Amino acid sequence: MAFSNEEEIYQEHILDHYDSPYHRGHCPHPTHVDEGDNPLCGDVVRIELRVDGEGKVEEAWFTGDGCCISQAAASMLVESIEGKPAEEVQRFSAEDMLKLFGVRLTPNRQKCCLLSWRVLQTALAAPAQGGDGDPATHEDSNG
Amino acid sequence: MNHIADLPVDLDALRKDFPILAQRVHGDWPLVYLDNAATTQRPRQVIQTLVEVYEKHYANVHRGIHWLSEQSTDLYEEARESVRRLIHAQHLEEIIFTTGATAAINLVARTWGDSCVGAGDEILLTEMEHHSNIVPWFQLAERTGCKVRFLPITDDGRLDLDRLSDYLTSKTRLFAFTAISNVLGTANPVRQLVQAAHDVGALALVDGAQSVPHMATDVQFWDADFVAFSGHKMMGPSGVGVFYGRRDLIAELPPFLGGGSMIHRVTVDGYEPADLPARFEAGTPPIVPALGLKAAIDYLERVGFATIAEHEQRLVSLAHALLEEIDGVRLLGPPPEEKAGIVSFVIDGIHAHDVAQILDRRGIAIRAGHHCAMPLHQRYGVMASNRASFYIYNTAEEVEKLALAIREVKRVFRR
Repeated sequence: MAFSNEEEIYQEHILDHYDSPYHRGHCPHPTHVDEGDNPLCGDVVRIELRVDGEGKVEEAWFTGDGCCISQAAASMLVESIEGKPAEEVQRFSAEDMLKLFGVRLTPNRQKCCLLSWRVLQTALAAPAQGGDGDPATHEDSNG
Repeated sequence: MNHIADLPVDLDALRKDFPILAQRVHGDWPLVYLDNAATTQRPRQVIQTLVEVYEKHYANVHRGIHWLSEQSTDLYEEARESVRRLIHAQHLEEIIFTTGATAAINLVARTWGDSCVGAGDEILLTEMEHHSNIVPWFQLAERTGCKVRFLPITDDGRLDLDRLSDYLTSKTRLFAFTAISNVLGTANPVRQLVQAAHDVGALALVDGAQSVPHMATDVQFWDADFVAFSGHKMMGPSGVGVFYGRRDLIAELPPFLGGGSMIHRVTVDGYEPADLPARFEAGTPPIVPALGLKAAIDYLERVGFATIAEHEQRLVSLAHALLEEIDGVRLLGPPPEEKAGIVSFVIDGIHAHDVAQILDRRGIAIRAGHHCAMPLHQRYGVMASNRASFYIYNTAEEVEKLALAIREVKRVFRR
């Protein structure tokens, strides 16, 4: 019987990110912060970054709540951008994000995967003032 | 396996009426359709009716003086009579065809609400309402300055009737509540709630979207003023629903949508609205869906609502028994004997969408999310839940498959 597709999604490394996420918590002295959600499924992700004087992402952290895909993707994303120039991170596309996640997703679940990417982009566009950012724009719910 | 003893229905035979259920999905998994609270499947008899109407009887209704239009009109009015009998309404003209329960509730808000509600008045809802029985009232509040209040629910998913008198007061103009929670499955004491509303001089609207398809309905026993329900949740086509309104209350209400059909006459100086039921059926109505709904009602009545309710009760009890045995699974709502056809649950540490995804790969269709009831989920502090909802064609074997698949979900998640 065909379990393949699902076993593909819930692979060990994705479950590892879900169960033991990288940098889940708050970033000390963040320079960029934003938060967003997918009201349809209730996934929430907040990203906090510290970009240094040279424009390099020194530290990246996330907090959130939601499905395995949204939370594992956030963990993978913050892990992958640390040490990279913010400019390069800004060029990181949705397609790159889906590639980073590595598992083929249906359009519905792509939204889960792309939540943290979307929040990261808005966080970079809006430097933190007093350590807090504006909530990201909300997507429509269909319920 | 599919035959449940004591039930006067042969499920194997009944399931043959539903071609869609015979499919295999994702390879070779038999489809297990447990999303009936969202929408139900329809039997050949309903599908055949739609084809037949289009092939033989279709024309616009209440318009043409020609053979087809007369046939179409007669059939459409027969469908109205069929709905009247189904819900035991006193008068035929109390049955208004809408596009669904949502449209029916909006109709009440736009007609009765706009003409009878003002600042300082209150609309009482409950914390277990579907968005379709929340948003139209918030919109009414925006227009009129009235206040929308929510009767709380208890931790075990019942309406908190001890606090009813704090919420249902002389300021309340309408108590709008669901007969059955679309998430918790809780069956509310409709007649008692209507009585309580009338005792303070308020009207009562019953959202029957989850109840009318599953059990016998008597709007006169309820003493309800307004009732709303949808065709697609009871084996009918999508695009048709019913608004029931007590004749003396709605006969003089201003129409909501304007257009053809709903007028008595139109001149360059204005219009004179038609009498019931045309008054609230502007434009070409959902003719064919209404005829499909009649075929669905015929089908359901042949099976019998007592049989349907009893069968679903057994499936709910079985689901409770099997799911309660699984560590980390938490069932929402009251005990099975107080539920009607719906079982919602959460699994510790596994989001509902992940559960639904893994179940889907095994051919099992459930709903995951907030089920258009976000306030209810906020009340229970969960973002999303899983919901299995049953109909007469579901089997005990399918409930067993659900329980096995939930154990698989835990295995995949290493829980």
